Amino acid sequence: MITLELSGVNKIYSGAYQTQVLFDINLSFEAKTCSAIVGESGSGKSTLMNIMGILDTPTSGEVTIASNLVSRMNRKQMAEIRNRTIGFVFQFHYLLPEFTVLENVLIPHLIHNRSQSGQVLNRARNLLDIVGIAKLEKRLPTQISGGEQQRTAIARALMNNPSIILADEPTGNLDSVTTQNVCRLFGEIKKEFNTTFIVVTHDRTVASHTDRIVEVRDGRIISDKLNTKTVPETE
Amino acid sequence: MLPLKIATRFLKSGKGQTALIVFGIAIAVSVQIFVGLLIIGLQLSLVNSTIGNQPQITIRPAGDNNTIKNWEIIVNQVRNVDGLDKISVTAAGNASVPDDNGILPILVQGFDFQSADRIYGISESIYQGKQIQSLKQVLIGRSLEEELEVEIGDKLPILTPDGGVNLFEIAGFYDLGIESINRSWVITNLVAAQRLFGYRDRVTEIIMTVDQDRLFDADRIAARIQQAVNSEDIEVTNWKDQNEELLSGLEGQSISSGVIQGVVLASVVVAISSVLSITVLQKSRQLGILKAMGITDRDASLIFVFQGLLIGLIGATVGIAMGLGLLYAFNTFTSSAEGTALIEIYIDYNFIIRSWVIAISSSTLAGLIPARRSLKLNPVDVIREG
Repeated sequence: MITLELSGVNKIYSGAYQTQVLFDINLSFEAKTCSAIVGESGSGKSTLMNIMGILDTPTSGEVTIASNLVSRMNRKQMAEIRNRTIGFVFQFHYLLPEFTVLENVLIPHLIHNRSQSGQVLNRARNLLDIVGIAKLEKRLPTQISGGEQQRTAIARALMNNPSIILADEPTGNLDSVTTQNVCRLFGEIKKEFNTTFIVVTHDRTVASHTDRIVEVRDGRIISDKLNTKTVPETE
Repeated sequence: MLPLKIATRFLKSGKGQTALIVFGIAIAVSVQIFVGLLIIGLQLSLVNSTIGNQPQITIRPAGDNNTIKNWEIIVNQVRNVDGLDKISVTAAGNASVPDDNGILPILVQGFDFQSADRIYGISESIYQGKQIQSLKQVLIGRSLEEELEVEIGDKLPILTPDGGVNLFEIAGFYDLGIESINRSWVITNLVAAQRLFGYRDRVTEIIMTVDQDRLFDADRIAARIQQAVNSEDIEVTNWKDQNEELLSGLEGQSISSGVIQGVVLASVVVAISSVLSITVLQKSRQLGILKAMGITDRDASLIFVFQGLLIGLIGATVGIAMGLGLLYAFNTFTSSAEGTALIEIYIDYNFIIRSWVIAISSSTLAGLIPARRSLKLNPVDVIREG
């Protein structure tokens, strides 16, 4: 089943000069698969991810998420899809410094629910346990390391049990050992949560942990193939 | 509720900035409370000293009549009019008393002493002698006493316009605090005055006061009295008709107080809006990620509205406490050596509550400006900038 699809997507930034950053992109992602979008800096891969995450809109073309056509949604519906269907992990963790680690994980739930039940609290604690930082739940983001911050961001992305996780350079800001740990964590999460994983990265090591590698150059897809080095997950 | 929780955390995270803006609002509200209550106190003491110990509504004979007949019926008709406090009657007439240089014009006021005393506070104002005990006794004011150089127990001849001369005994001297009254009023018993001027059982005025908090409604109450009596033989006047200068003075004070309060309020709104607008910039990262996580435009805006509300709530409450403190301090430091206050403090709870609600509402409204700015914030810009 296809969970995310882009058809004929173009993106043109207009200003003093018009710049086209994406050219006629056609891509679809099967549910419960793990894919990497790789490319050099400036290749358009982050713009692609922003469009897939409905953070940005294409100049032309269509995006379909979980059978919903994005162009037909209003702002409120888009916000709801971002909250319930998509989990984001960014290069910079973007945790809210005013909230503790546990509260940061709970925020996606609280955005659309007025209160949290004991069950929800247990889920957040369980997620922190899975990412290995259960003991840090009362700390503020400024009181933990970069790797721990990124783990918190991953737990937060999983909070609403989204069907898609979009990760933009999730290890771009981490050292090589922490990068390995985060990649291993992604693998474990994928197995446990059966989520569609899409990782945008320029790091081939990170991409090698996925089932499919899509390469983007100058706004165009130049290759799209299964990663034979890893054993693809079967449903 | 997440927006409220985020608003609280945003305010707590910038403690110095929050404290500064709360202090700013508190100062503004305290000025508003101080100036407002001072002017209200000033106006009340001015009104009290001018019309406090006087009738505020008077029924007089109209047309060619000099007296009011059947006044007992009228008194019964108006007794139940809403807002009316005390009622009395008087039979007054012009007369004169002889002095060394000729004669002095006076006004004989024949009171139903018990009820008139509650309006004028006559017995309290007697500084020498005692109240009238018989129909042949009078009270005279301080100025007239000095003019005539008389003593308690002296006989005072009163000359009526018809040429009659009646001898009265001076029972006491009063001081009602108003020079013109102290000079001209010779106070006697109602029946004595009726006999003196040949009014039979009629009176010349029905005098009334209104409830203390309805002073400025005197014109409306007077209109209701006119309606209740519904007679062309009488006319109803009230203190507002007779004190236009005082009223315009009071109005001027109210306007200047309003202008001061308006300017203070406007500065509060501008200050809060500008500080919260800076917050939008300071917290753009957090807002961007919240939007990426699916917070709705409405909830994102509510964060700033709640910040305005919280700041206003604390600032206005602290401001009222500071304003009252300032007022009491002012009252203490400006008191005379005997402890008499320069201006009597009047705590107008309605004014305080109104100021509190207005400050909080303005502060909340001020939050709408940054809230609108937050709508324009695009999460992609924040994420791209890192």
